[in-house]
Amino acid sequence: MSVHSNMEFFVDPMRCIGCQACMQACTECDTHKGHSMIHLDYLDRAHSVQTAPVVCMHCESPTCAEVCPADAIKRTEDGVVQTARKPRCIACNNCVLACPFGVPKMQTEFKLMMKCDMCYDRTSAGKRPMCATVCPSQALFFGTREQIEELRPRSTPINQFRFGGQIITTKVSMMAPKAARAEYVDVTAAMNEQATGRTITLNILDGMCE
Amino acid sequence: MSIASDNPDIIERFGPHLAYSSDARLATGVEPDKLVDTHCCFCGQQCGIRLKVKDNEVIGFEPREDFPFNHGMLCPKGVKRYLQGSHPDRLLSAYQRDPREGFRAIPYPEALDRVASEITRIQSSFGNDAFAVLTGASLTNEKAYLMGKFARVCLKTANIDYNGRLCMVSAAAGNKKAFGIDRAANPWADILRAEVVWISGANVAECAPITTNYVWQAREHGAKIIVVDPRITPIARTCDLFLPIKPGRDIALFNGILHLMIENDWLDHGFIDEHTVGFEAAAEHVKDWTPRRTAEVTGIAERGIRQAAEWWGQAKTSFLLHARGIEHHTHGVQNVLGAINMVLASGRIGREYCGYATITGQGNGQGGREHGQKCDQLPGARDVSNPEHRAYVAKVWGVDPNDIPQAGVDAYEIFRKIDRGEIRGLLSICFNPKVSLPDNSFITRALEKLEFFVVIDFFLSETAHHADVVLPGSLQEEDEGTVTQIEGRVIKINKAVEPPGDAREDWRIIQDIAKQLGREHGLTFNSPREIFNELREASRGGIADYSGITYEKIERQYGVCWPCRGEDDPGTLRLFEAGSWNPIAKGAGPFYFPDGKARFNAAAYTAPAEDVDDEYPVILTTGRVVSQYLSGTQTRRIGPLVDQYPEPRIEMHPRLAEKLDIKDGDWATAESRRGSVTLRAMVVTTIRPDTVFIPYHWAGRRSVNQLTISAQDPISKIPEYKVCAVKLRRSNG
Repeated sequence: MSVHSNMEFFVDPMRCIGCQACMQACTECDTHKGHSMIHLDYLDRAHSVQTAPVVCMHCESPTCAEVCPADAIKRTEDGVVQTARKPRCIACNNCVLACPFGVPKMQTEFKLMMKCDMCYDRTSAGKRPMCATVCPSQALFFGTREQIEELRPRSTPINQFRFGGQIITTKVSMMAPKAARAEYVDVTAAMNEQATGRTITLNILDGMCE
Repeated sequence: MSIASDNPDIIERFGPHLAYSSDARLATGVEPDKLVDTHCCFCGQQCGIRLKVKDNEVIGFEPREDFPFNHGMLCPKGVKRYLQGSHPDRLLSAYQRDPREGFRAIPYPEALDRVASEITRIQSSFGNDAFAVLTGASLTNEKAYLMGKFARVCLKTANIDYNGRLCMVSAAAGNKKAFGIDRAANPWADILRAEVVWISGANVAECAPITTNYVWQAREHGAKIIVVDPRITPIARTCDLFLPIKPGRDIALFNGILHLMIENDWLDHGFIDEHTVGFEAAAEHVKDWTPRRTAEVTGIAERGIRQAAEWWGQAKTSFLLHARGIEHHTHGVQNVLGAINMVLASGRIGREYCGYATITGQGNGQGGREHGQKCDQLPGARDVSNPEHRAYVAKVWGVDPNDIPQAGVDAYEIFRKIDRGEIRGLLSICFNPKVSLPDNSFITRALEKLEFFVVIDFFLSETAHHADVVLPGSLQEEDEGTVTQIEGRVIKINKAVEPPGDAREDWRIIQDIAKQLGREHGLTFNSPREIFNELREASRGGIADYSGITYEKIERQYGVCWPCRGEDDPGTLRLFEAGSWNPIAKGAGPFYFPDGKARFNAAAYTAPAEDVDDEYPVILTTGRVVSQYLSGTQTRRIGPLVDQYPEPRIEMHPRLAEKLDIKDGDWATAESRRGSVTLRAMVVTTIRPDTVFIPYHWAGRRSVNQLTISAQDPISKIPEYKVCAVKLRRSNG
């Protein structure tokens, strides 16, 4: 049993309404009942009702696994990065600190790192993950690329992210406005000295400094 | 003896306690005995859900992806709704109020005997109308129908009304005045390709979360979303145009938009001429509502008003949605009429992607207001004062039409009558007025004046604290029946588990009381199906005609939208289509008036009953949060939902907070002429600076309805929950 290769996970923070249905449903998932593996935060409640849901992005080369000294974190052949294996996990927190998306959670009561496994028990059996099935705004969406293209003509899925010098390719995609390009903001590009890293479109920074 | 809502002994015994998953609900790999396809027990959307049942306990759920309205989607309440079953607070026997213990469990037959003898005593001493009945719009159609029949045929009291009085009645009255029928005009699928979606006074993302996806999907195809609200709610955050209206000023905005539509000739003259009456008078009425004046009254920037009118005026397709935000007012009906005028002037109704609807709030907000538990109504949305309607229903019931009482009074007036001693006894089911009615310290006093009060409920609600006898009723999943959801779609609730202990299905309890009274005529049904079949007959030929709906057709079609007039009739997905027939117009036109035409109604602007002044300078408005439902009888007992938003807060803008020296998280006291509440402040720029918001789901000292005003709309009798005047101060908690 494996996750059907056509089925993909898309996250669209623009649609999120902060209702927490995903978190509540996550606790109903058979592999980690009673615990939500989803992060959902207000970005700045004093000024906005905006919330952002974060599920595991399921990296092609998972940083969490790379930094694990106990080789406890496995990525399945169909590309799903699993919760740490209990017999191996030494609860060292390396993965928690290293994940660029801030996904893994240390469950101190079990001395175990737990994380979103894309409801592997469900998705590997042809079902959709709990969170993406219930999400009332479909900010979390699980389906085919054809479906997302038809349903979200204004957005485009992005699955490459740059953190400093590290470029990460993920199984899960973020929906971004179609006109938007992937911009990597490095402040040195707008400074009066040699820029480091990639060149950026200057008007972005100009806009930010207004 | 007075029992306070915060009585620690009663709370210790009856809760609210918080339920969390444990045992079979928490274990992994547990195989359920059966899966039951049914619907969520909460709001008017009635999302499909599949309950997992093991050993007569609901242990969890599976998303029900085959149900076409929600395709498996659920809000957090739907996800955790299963925790209301097997709850430690569940009433497993009848109770009697006891001076020493608070409440004492008694055998069910003894409780029935007491109820019947008290009803008999009160009615024989003070007349039939001295005993009143309060019901609710979370009851199934079958139970709602039965309650109306029980009051009229068995108790012969005029005084029955329901908690839809605080919910749907302004929309209902407005719709009847303008369209001659009270139902969402369109299926939600018509939102998907509307060019403009106008949302007035509806916190869609929190109160009807699944509807969000319909709205967002319209936007994906290019729709402009206009949201009118005093707060930037989650649906407003990414809308195309946000109009931050001052609470209580909605008519001014609707009139101002109609003014601009006329000025710019953004009108469908063909539709107006052929399908409506009253346009000239409405046009004359909005002449003075210039953008300048509209901006001054509504507190919305003039350019926003102009932009909204331009988008609305020029759209080819559109969908207008509203909810309690415009309806909970002393001019709630006028607000609704103002909104409908905008729709009629555009001609965009009765066609695909051209729609209008109020978003029903309660589980059976639609069906619960159609089959005779309203004080002025008989089944099929018939009128209790219409002799023909009375004669028809009397025939179905096998009674003399003269024996059916005339119209009674609304739910709030029932309490005023209790206060005046005109009503001495009360039976309440599916209603928690002590939390949900405005100015609720008056409600508490009235409850204590009753000579006899019987409550049917599954938990001991705060209202039930005042009961003399409590009869243990059924949870939604312990019975079957139908409800009518947000689109006018009649759907089937299926039984998942048996009621525990002495608890019984509500309809059995009502029939048990009738039998004990020796007046069981017409109240000897053996199943909800039998009740439904009689309801079909009683509604036949009425506006809300269910005669062609069967349980089987519902299951086969995933619901049937009424009117449905015969075996071969699949139901009516969309109202007012060209050439459609209805029993009032009889082919003259698509609207439910003898000439088949819709009505413009000049919507008169009036200020709220209690405007702000120097002493009480801030507007208080109330509403819901996503993790709680209505008076919280169920959701304040579900641990994960309580954890999500544990206590009400006072939302206020930093400009107001600074003036009062209140910081985010500080205790603050809001005080009106009726009461005060002390809660933590939530300082956010997402609310108008002249307004504070407090959600209403909590009881006792945290109840915002201690402050709200009992002023009501003269037509619909809905209370003005959305505006009253308060003063605020920093507090020490």
